[in-house]
Amino acid sequence: METAEFRIPVLKETNTDYEVSSLDSLSQKGSNDSRSGWQYLKYLAAGIFFGIILVKSEVISWFRIQEMFRLQSFHMYGVIGSAVAVGIISVAIIKKFKIKTIYGDPVVFYSRPFSKGQIVGGLLFGFGWALTGACPGPLFAQIGAGTTVVIITLLSAIGGVWVYGWIREKLPH
Amino acid sequence: MNFMEWVKQPWPWYVAGPLIGLMVPLLLLIGNKSFGVSSSLRHICAACLRGNIPFFQYDWKKEAWNLFFVSGILLGGLIAASVLNNPAPVQLNPRLVHELQGYGVGDFSGLMPQDLFNWKSLFSLRGFALTVAGGFLVGFGTRYAGGCTSGHSIMGLSTLQWPSLVATICFMTGGFIMANLLLPHIL
Repeated sequence: METAEFRIPVLKETNTDYEVSSLDSLSQKGSNDSRSGWQYLKYLAAGIFFGIILVKSEVISWFRIQEMFRLQSFHMYGVIGSAVAVGIISVAIIKKFKIKTIYGDPVVFYSRPFSKGQIVGGLLFGFGWALTGACPGPLFAQIGAGTTVVIITLLSAIGGVWVYGWIREKLPH
Repeated sequence: MNFMEWVKQPWPWYVAGPLIGLMVPLLLLIGNKSFGVSSSLRHICAACLRGNIPFFQYDWKKEAWNLFFVSGILLGGLIAASVLNNPAPVQLNPRLVHELQGYGVGDFSGLMPQDLFNWKSLFSLRGFALTVAGGFLVGFGTRYAGGCTSGHSIMGLSTLQWPSLVATICFMTGGFIMANLLLPHIL
């Protein structure tokens, strides 16, 4: 495991957004797949698959989130715990066997920095999670599943991101 | 029980969790993408409302895959709630049902409480707090933290990044405080 870590370079990053790798100063892989719009359909398909899981496992249920935060059910802990376990094993396998993408590129991993935002922003998101019963993925799935008023929640979340961007320089990071 | 009947049942955690975990290698292998949903909200800002704000000055089209991904989540929700729908109510802990009944929540038939999340309730203080204020905190908090449950708790932990563990602990702490200490006053 240790040696596998060393064989595949893990890039040290300064970009604090864990989800936007095209902003990484070290980003070396451009979107190899942006040559044709059709290539995007595979991400649409992956999203459909993910959305179905979120609904069928009741992860998008406001009730299930309340149970989780009241320690009244194991369900959500089982979902998140087993997802992380499978994620860790998958990443270890990709590193160990140097599995390449379907385009033949090596898979790139990033090591991103700590910021105070993970504490303050994390707590604020926790408040919002318990109120709405949703993290961002389930917001989209809740709308699709027919609770149309969540469109307002989503628009408000976009507003929250915008306000964060607007006052970002004044916040501790 | 045939396959379709089985799929329509609520999926237990040991089926759903590992499938969610497999999103990590799936997105890595189909195009070197990091699993993460909340950044889609940033891309929407960058595409539509960028103004002069430096945080939104980037080429969002390079991250367009993420917008296809979240559109898929919405479609997946639609499919799961129509074709794959299970009409039976969610099996909830009786203690939660009892507590919520005390707040006037009587409809436990769907995944979302219809008494709390409907268009009319938007104009009540309670409905406003749950949808508008809650949504704002989800957006602001996830971007301040640099990720959400998928970006930090699943992708970040899968790649063994300790800041993601800090973020996950704070997500849970915030949720515990809100659900147990603050929400009883809001509901």
